[in-house]
Amino acid sequence: MEREVQRVRAAFGSGRSRPLTFRRRQLEALRVMVQEREKDILAAIGADLSKSEFNAYSQEVITVLGEIDLMLEKLPEWAAAKPAQRNLLTMLDEAYIQPEPLGVVLIIGAWNYPFALIIQPLIGAIAAGNAVIIKPSEVSENTAKLLAKLLPQYLDQDLYAVVTGGVEETTELLKQRFDHILYTGNTTVGKIVMQAAAKHLTPVTLELGGKSPCYVDRDCDLDVACRRIAWGKFMNCGQTCIAPDYVLCEPSLQDLIVQKVQEAVKGFYGENVKESPDYERIVNLRHFKRIQSLLEGQKIAFGGEMDEATRYIAPTILTDVDPGTKVMQEEIFGPILPIVPVKNADEAIQFINEREKPLAFYVFSHNSKLIKRMIDGTSSGGVTGNDVIMHFTLSSLPFGGVGSSGMGAYHGKHSFDTFSHQRPCLLKTLKREGMNQLRYPPNSQSKVDWAKFFMLKRFNKERLCLLLLTLLGVLAAVLIKAGYY
Amino acid sequence: MSGTKRPGSAKDPGSESTPGRMDPFADTLQRLREAFVSGRTRPAKFRAAQLKGLSLFLQENKQLLQEALAQDLYKTAFHSEVSELILCQNQVDFALRNLHTWMKDEPGAKNLMTQLDSVFIRKEPFGLVLILSPWNYPLNLSLGPLVGALAAGNCVVLKPSEISKSTMKVLAEVLPRYLDQSCFAVVLGGPEETGRLLEHKFDYIFFTGSPRVGKIVMAAAAKHLTPVTLELGGKNPCYVDDNCDPQTVANRVAFFRCFNAGQTCVAPDYVLCSPEMQAQLVPALQSAITRFYGNDPQRSPDLGRIISQKHFQRLRGLLSCGRVVIGGQSDESDLYIAPTVLVDVKEAEPVMQEEIFGPILPIVNVRSLDQAIDFINRREKPLALYAFSNSSQAVKQMLDRTSSGNFAGNQGFTFLTLTSLPFGGVGQSGMGRYHGKFSFDTFSHHRACLLSHPGLEMLNNIRYPPYSDFEQKLITWALGSHSCTLL
Repeated sequence: MEREVQRVRAAFGSGRSRPLTFRRRQLEALRVMVQEREKDILAAIGADLSKSEFNAYSQEVITVLGEIDLMLEKLPEWAAAKPAQRNLLTMLDEAYIQPEPLGVVLIIGAWNYPFALIIQPLIGAIAAGNAVIIKPSEVSENTAKLLAKLLPQYLDQDLYAVVTGGVEETTELLKQRFDHILYTGNTTVGKIVMQAAAKHLTPVTLELGGKSPCYVDRDCDLDVACRRIAWGKFMNCGQTCIAPDYVLCEPSLQDLIVQKVQEAVKGFYGENVKESPDYERIVNLRHFKRIQSLLEGQKIAFGGEMDEATRYIAPTILTDVDPGTKVMQEEIFGPILPIVPVKNADEAIQFINEREKPLAFYVFSHNSKLIKRMIDGTSSGGVTGNDVIMHFTLSSLPFGGVGSSGMGAYHGKHSFDTFSHQRPCLLKTLKREGMNQLRYPPNSQSKVDWAKFFMLKRFNKERLCLLLLTLLGVLAAVLIKAGYY
Repeated sequence: MSGTKRPGSAKDPGSESTPGRMDPFADTLQRLREAFVSGRTRPAKFRAAQLKGLSLFLQENKQLLQEALAQDLYKTAFHSEVSELILCQNQVDFALRNLHTWMKDEPGAKNLMTQLDSVFIRKEPFGLVLILSPWNYPLNLSLGPLVGALAAGNCVVLKPSEISKSTMKVLAEVLPRYLDQSCFAVVLGGPEETGRLLEHKFDYIFFTGSPRVGKIVMAAAAKHLTPVTLELGGKNPCYVDDNCDPQTVANRVAFFRCFNAGQTCVAPDYVLCSPEMQAQLVPALQSAITRFYGNDPQRSPDLGRIISQKHFQRLRGLLSCGRVVIGGQSDESDLYIAPTVLVDVKEAEPVMQEEIFGPILPIVNVRSLDQAIDFINRREKPLALYAFSNSSQAVKQMLDRTSSGNFAGNQGFTFLTLTSLPFGGVGQSGMGRYHGKFSFDTFSHHRACLLSHPGLEMLNNIRYPPYSDFEQKLITWALGSHSCTLL
């Protein structure tokens, strides 16, 4: 493990990953890989999550292609130095912020979107000029094996390395030193990752999870709301970090919601959900049993059917759920939708705020004031109003958590920035030393007053004004020097 | 457990970990948390009032602060002004001027599917922020982050360094009077108390200090998944090219090295130059030092003192490294170390192994720019990197082929005065950044918001299963790259 990281570090040290042309070539190669090997990729994802080709394509591959194209288009702009506003003291200097690669980045992926959750961060890390160690989740083993095979075929083998394995290998890997770690997964392991990073003072981006609440107001288009909630909830069999985890609504709405969600489910997956090619399965037996145990003692409004052999769990809704029960104590990550009745929006806000900050917050209402009030009154990684999931699809929005749902963010430019060090640079010449006289000891009150003048004023426009003030500065320096000596 | 009750409404987990033992912080933290939950710190008016309070604190207590800084670090009124008071005032004024702009939602670019929606990034306070500040610029490094945390709408606990005692006293006794004390508290103590404090959960921790303690802070933060900004340090290299005017360079290097008796995280720590340049630089440095501080620097009011016995002894030990060519004197009773230049220094010697943080400047010889770059790249990334040369090519080379928190060409750390530049480290010199708007952004959670248009469900129908062939093709096109970056 150590040798692998050393090798990648040495490759980064060569400087090869820095020129923009190199980064472009790698991104283009990645694009070619996704297009040429599409069938293999879809098959691997399909094998891991019982996902149809189309779903795998629309949920993972498209996102990745979009990100590559965005990065290719914007790379010159994002990698360029950005000039910074100067003050009078630095008026004649060059001041700018230069984005630089960090070095060796570690990306630890998750099993629920095993392809996208590796490749999307990878795109950002490559674009920012880093070398990368990729550790796909061993739970989605087909995709992990495929990535280990494909990435070295298309990308620079010394700069980008795939490491496979389970908990033991990951623990070993985390002992090594990296320049940034991006981890997608659960809170418990997130803490372990950050602890390991602390030993090397490695900055981290942690994309974790939580219970993303979904408030349904009485004043909303219930048909649309339930259809969208059902879509977001049962996609990938509920195994989505930003799936609406549970619903909060007034008691009178419960039955209606159950009915409409049930209708939506029928519309999506047909009478026999098990037969639908668009409905996925639980990733493994451990999670299957975990989700199964969440149903104990609950009032099942519809669904609840399970088949251990195929790890099938039917879309299920629970009503009148007691907040103290198990299903409300952990992130469900399955096709179970609890409805927790609350009196009104205020009680919903209180309920949400008593709990850990979620990765996403959803609210359905025609009343935009209410939506605003609920957003203002809560906190979460992201928000989608009158829909679910969609804020994830906009690369202009930072995707990340807050509190126990995570720290840091990525997607689009946010990826580029996450994997860069934005280095401030101030370049002066050795000339005009006369102007510096003001600053050197021995000191005096008049110097203090001049220092205040130069440091507290900010300018950014007219050249003439600039020249005038420069002359003024020089004059002042000369006068003080003359006066002092 | 993600669904369990969050501290704030329930008992703070930090206090639960040591039952029966008096936790001096539990009540204060609980109070501040409740204040945050009440929403008091959110309105712009409240935040502006806090910032104005800071401004008033600086203006009304100038003399008191100058006296405290003089007691702690032998700072003259001038030094206090330019390195602490003015910078603080600057940060406060800048924040007040820009608060409303910063608080606004930032609009985001939309794609084809979200054209009719409202897309923006909402800046929200994290909640309860902990600021741990050091002793070398005890006012500036407390108030600087504080400005950002307050402007961003957080409740703040400030733990100033116990080593800069006099300033600590002013911050503890006078500062709270100018701020809303339900949302702000100063806590005091040494390493042990700080350890206990760190057992509690905060929503953000801002630490300025050494890398060693930085690791401890981050490890403690990891237990609660608390994001951190760590402003650390390291050995800041100062490359002096053969192609330069030695006197000008010596002026700048000596000034920034000796400022605050060398106790500055961004001070040039050591010089890299050729033996030929060294021969010219040393007399020029002597000339600069004499000009700034006179023949007997100990008598100059403009040269600071070492903060404590412990650091004094540490620095005195460094004086025996290499060979002293300038200075080398020390006076224990006065905590005085003379501006000193060392040559013939070996890499393995202590003076090249730890951050000096004193008025001692070792010179290490290199034969070329390339050798200097290699030397720098073999070591930890520093907080600041300096390159002096008449050749802008040489400066650019140094910049392009190294990494550091900040970079200055032909200059010292004046970049600190620019609110438009982010200030922070990279690698061992730190993570995160602040100053100006970067402070506000550091102490804010950037919440991605998409408010979907409630109607037009027809358009969404293609999103739902089952998917016909036609729909599959249409979705593939709509989500495709060209439309993702549309408009």
